[in-house]
Amino acid sequence: MSTVKADYIRPVDFRNGRVDMTHGGGGRAMAQLIDELFAASFANEWLAQGNDGAVVQAPAGRLVIATDSHVVSPLFFPGGDIGCLSVHGTLNDVAMNGARPLYLAASFILEEGFPLADLKRIVESMAAASRDAGVPIVTGDTKVVEQGKGDGVFITTTGFGVVPPGVEISGNRARPGDAILVSGSIGDHGVAIMSLRENLSFETTIESDTAALHGLVAAMIEAVPTIRCLRDPTRGGLGTTLNEFARQSNVGMLIREAAIPVKPQVNAACEFLGLDPLYVANEGKLIAICPQQDAGRLLDVMRAHPRGADAAIIGEVVDDPHRFVQMETAFGGRRVVDWLTGEQLPRIC
Amino acid sequence: MKYIDEFRDGEVARGIARRIGEEAQPGRTYNLMEFCGGHTHAISRYGIKDLLPANVNMIHGPGCPVCVLPIGRIDNAIQLASDNKAIVCTYADTMRVPASGGLSLMKAKARGADIRMIYSAVDALRIAQENPAREVVFFAIGFETTTPPTAIVIRQAKALGLKNFTVFCNHVLTPSAITHILESPEVRELGTVPLDGFIGPAHVSTVIGSQPYEYFAEEYQRPVVIAGFEPLDVMQAILMLVRQLNDGRAEVENEFTRAVTREGNEKAKSLVAEVFELRKSFEWRGLGEVPYSALRIKDAYADFDAERRFGITYRSVADNKACECGAILRGVKKPTDCKVFGTVCTPENPIGSCMVSSEGACAAHYTYGRFKDVKIKAAESPPAGVARSAAIPTEVR
Repeated sequence: MSTVKADYIRPVDFRNGRVDMTHGGGGRAMAQLIDELFAASFANEWLAQGNDGAVVQAPAGRLVIATDSHVVSPLFFPGGDIGCLSVHGTLNDVAMNGARPLYLAASFILEEGFPLADLKRIVESMAAASRDAGVPIVTGDTKVVEQGKGDGVFITTTGFGVVPPGVEISGNRARPGDAILVSGSIGDHGVAIMSLRENLSFETTIESDTAALHGLVAAMIEAVPTIRCLRDPTRGGLGTTLNEFARQSNVGMLIREAAIPVKPQVNAACEFLGLDPLYVANEGKLIAICPQQDAGRLLDVMRAHPRGADAAIIGEVVDDPHRFVQMETAFGGRRVVDWLTGEQLPRIC
Repeated sequence: MKYIDEFRDGEVARGIARRIGEEAQPGRTYNLMEFCGGHTHAISRYGIKDLLPANVNMIHGPGCPVCVLPIGRIDNAIQLASDNKAIVCTYADTMRVPASGGLSLMKAKARGADIRMIYSAVDALRIAQENPAREVVFFAIGFETTTPPTAIVIRQAKALGLKNFTVFCNHVLTPSAITHILESPEVRELGTVPLDGFIGPAHVSTVIGSQPYEYFAEEYQRPVVIAGFEPLDVMQAILMLVRQLNDGRAEVENEFTRAVTREGNEKAKSLVAEVFELRKSFEWRGLGEVPYSALRIKDAYADFDAERRFGITYRSVADNKACECGAILRGVKKPTDCKVFGTVCTPENPIGSCMVSSEGACAAHYTYGRFKDVKIKAAESPPAGVARSAAIPTEVR
């Protein structure tokens, strides 16, 4: 008489285990990792079905799709990690089109030898960010590359959302006379990463501002439906985003240095590292452009929201066929805020 | 930010600007050269020119270490990485300087050469310790400011007995470059470059002190004011130069007293003297061969000299014909006098070295000031309901 043993698989060793090639091989090890880590953490009906894709209810209206790859080094930093960053980054890209984000998809490239404990920490951070935002991660993929062919983990996320009727937000809609607003202090994320890399410590730790902004955007759009442009100034910072708007809208910009919020410790670190805060990355800030007459109301709404408490009006759109972004310096002169040349900080998000 | 904001105070700047305006005599022009790229950068970034009267001209000098590096030396560094398979470590600005054959260190890196960007000379030493089986070369560039750190790592390498670490020394000297400019025919005979006074280097002077400038202030009768790199430092130095010229004085004055003494940093100077000696001659981009204007590694540290270990031979390479970097570095031309400025030559695709570093005259003007070169035309008709008040003043300079 033969006895069949109970269907037992030894659980994945999330304490001392490491990613190996079988975790991406399509076999049992991969299935187990997906079950015990990804499906368990992200926990939703779509992942529970175990299909290669997610079948979701198609919403009526205009759909926004945005995708973003995350390669930040180091993976863990003050204020966040690559996990929550990969959720916030894509949610924000969806939100900057004026949309309400509905679903996320996530794709992982893992390097052989990467500690499973770190992977678990990252996935749990993603799960928490997705729960906080109320946007589920409904489908995903995992690949493993040989040691030396990756850098721990790369995460690509794709977001889907719908634009409410009547909302028209695009980088090409800025008009001379419009007001330019920023939702808070600039440069926090880039400086947090850079200080960690360079082992710089200041009296107060500089934390990344990584955060989901769709709640703030929803409040802004509800109060001021005439908002013309929205964008989160990630890589390249405020300076680059304004140049993108200027090029898309065929206008110039004039901003006032004294009006731009920068934390003193960020300013100090930039001074020390030879960086210009205008070009340093943010992960939880947005730039908004709206008609001048609505700027005061928009500012009030932003300041009333926790993600926009330090919002400020920093300048206005001007008529300029050369599409220069100019700045009145606090010193009293005027300069161009040009496109960033080359790369100020690599592997920032 | 404490100790920074005080030197960027717009109110104080307007006060100094008013005094410069009052004291600069009408009917007389004040042609002042800021030697350092750091000053060039501050002038452009803070819009200092906007605050000066029309008869005070700022002429950009050659004090940008990346800009004066000749093509042949970059070619040498690329060869070290590609032919000698060495790990070449260098400061970030050097990466994009154009070399022969359309290459740069950055492009050579993309083609597989092992070239690493470092923040500090010490990083190069660490890379050598971590890669004992590889030759590691530190491509050292810069004026007197960056020379002492290079001296320190050479001494450390000797103390550690490192066999795989060498330095490709390209350190150059400020006073000889200033003398060379003052000796040039454009200044001495042709008078095409009127030079009435100098804003002297900030960081360089913290090392060498103010004393080395005394010779040419007296010999060439040109006032020198050593100034810090903050915008108020520059403004104050301009005022001090205007006053010297009004009084007919040609002295070395020190505006940067918070960091510069007459003697400089004795410890740094003795370190440099221990490790380096003068080269008979060195080619500068724009200035050509300048006698006794650069340093090489002394015999006692010959084991750490990449030129000796790899038998590097120098070959002079002419600049691109359309490029005016040479004339710009001598103060003979302005960036906007160059045909390729802002068209073929941009910070993304620099033809000449002045467009590479943010301290270069061309890059500084391109990045911060080029809106002043174009007349901004008003649009045909404003979109309905849009106020025109915000349009940029149509200023042409």
